[in-house]
Amino acid sequence: MHIQTLKFVKKELPPYVTGSLATPAGAVHRVASDWSRADYWGMIKSRVSAFRMNYSVTPGLYAIGGPTQESDVLVTANYKLTFDILRRELKGLNAWILVLDTKSINVWCAAGKGTFGTDELINRIAETKLESVVAHRNLILPQLGAVGVNAGIVREKTSFRVSFGPVEARDIPAYISAGYKKTTEMSTIRFPMLDRLILTPCEINPAMKTFPWIAGGILLIFGLQPQGLLFKQAWSNGLPFLALALMAVLAGALVTPVLLPFVPFRSFALKGWIMGMVSVFLMLLYFGAPITHDPLLHGVAYLLFPALSSYLALQFTGATTFTGMSGVKKELKFGIPLYLGAAGISSVLMIVFKLKEWRLI
Amino acid sequence: MKYLANVTTLQYSPDKCAGCGRCVEVCPQGVFELRDKRAELADRDRCMECGACALNCEFGAITVNAGVGCAAAIINGMVTGGPPSCDCGNASAACCG
Repeated sequence: MHIQTLKFVKKELPPYVTGSLATPAGAVHRVASDWSRADYWGMIKSRVSAFRMNYSVTPGLYAIGGPTQESDVLVTANYKLTFDILRRELKGLNAWILVLDTKSINVWCAAGKGTFGTDELINRIAETKLESVVAHRNLILPQLGAVGVNAGIVREKTSFRVSFGPVEARDIPAYISAGYKKTTEMSTIRFPMLDRLILTPCEINPAMKTFPWIAGGILLIFGLQPQGLLFKQAWSNGLPFLALALMAVLAGALVTPVLLPFVPFRSFALKGWIMGMVSVFLMLLYFGAPITHDPLLHGVAYLLFPALSSYLALQFTGATTFTGMSGVKKELKFGIPLYLGAAGISSVLMIVFKLKEWRLI
Repeated sequence: MKYLANVTTLQYSPDKCAGCGRCVEVCPQGVFELRDKRAELADRDRCMECGACALNCEFGAITVNAGVGCAAAIINGMVTGGPPSCDCGNASAACCG
């Protein structure tokens, strides 16, 4: 019985809670600025896997340092990585953190969906009795939350005035000490190479999940002979194609995102196609003999794989910080018919190749 | 880095602007600038149609057809016939929510 009770208490209080603070609205959890090993491990897991889908903090009010009723209130999302980054960047400050229920999604995405939104903020202010905890009526929201929060309505309904702070949590101390003023750098989102690299597992993982099927399909096509399924044929002829497919995935989902500004054209479909062409060219140059000796296979290599790279590069628009809906729609309008065309023509060429191989034509 | 030119649905009516600067405060792309107590379009093509400015302009000076610039979401919308949606259902890791 004792052990069970202990377990229960431990589950109630997460490790980043270091104490509690008495306020007129009741006890508020005080949280640490420093990350534990579990926090680092959680960050890594949420970057590379679906672990992020349920990585959350209980919504509500938290304290960092020893805040008073005059201290700033910073609003954030309940995705734990977001919350962790915020408390880390607030090290040495005394502030309140108001965590909205964003279903464990980061601020920007949640704002887009409306969960980091006007209604949720208004309700959370009421539920935490924020007006009795602080004497002022100011809230600092992450700038990217402005996609979902209408500051005018919040003011009207709660009397709290919303200021949209910096894009990045790391600029909050400088923003506060400058008298709540942002520099242009603080309010502009950038997308440096490291950020782009961090986001590539989101593109590569789903592509790799379908890869065994593609690989199986390729081996099946090459191995299929009039006398049955021949392993040797599948291997010797299919392997170069498999390598091409793998390179195409990496060209579109890894190389294009990382080298984004250095690949010509603004269109992601074109960027991906170019990198796909380059990778097919290099592969065929060095390992292409089994493919280049046959014009049909040669054609398929250049038709199909750059199109695959292009499609995957276009998927990366979902991870970028600067692509708009109208632009992506325009790319898809041209892209989808071309992708389907490339896939269709490639299929026909493969069928012709097989018929010739079987000496049927 | 810039995306395609001349595609944004952003529309701005300077005559309605009261110069509060909210659009400058919320835009993560530096599309707006405050000059002589009036917002001005500094670089319209940088707009990514997030909709933060239009939502927060109390004077109705800005309109934009806001949405996600994400191919997967838009294809999702085409397939289901609804608006572009980031909700990949149970596809879990397929979505970067």
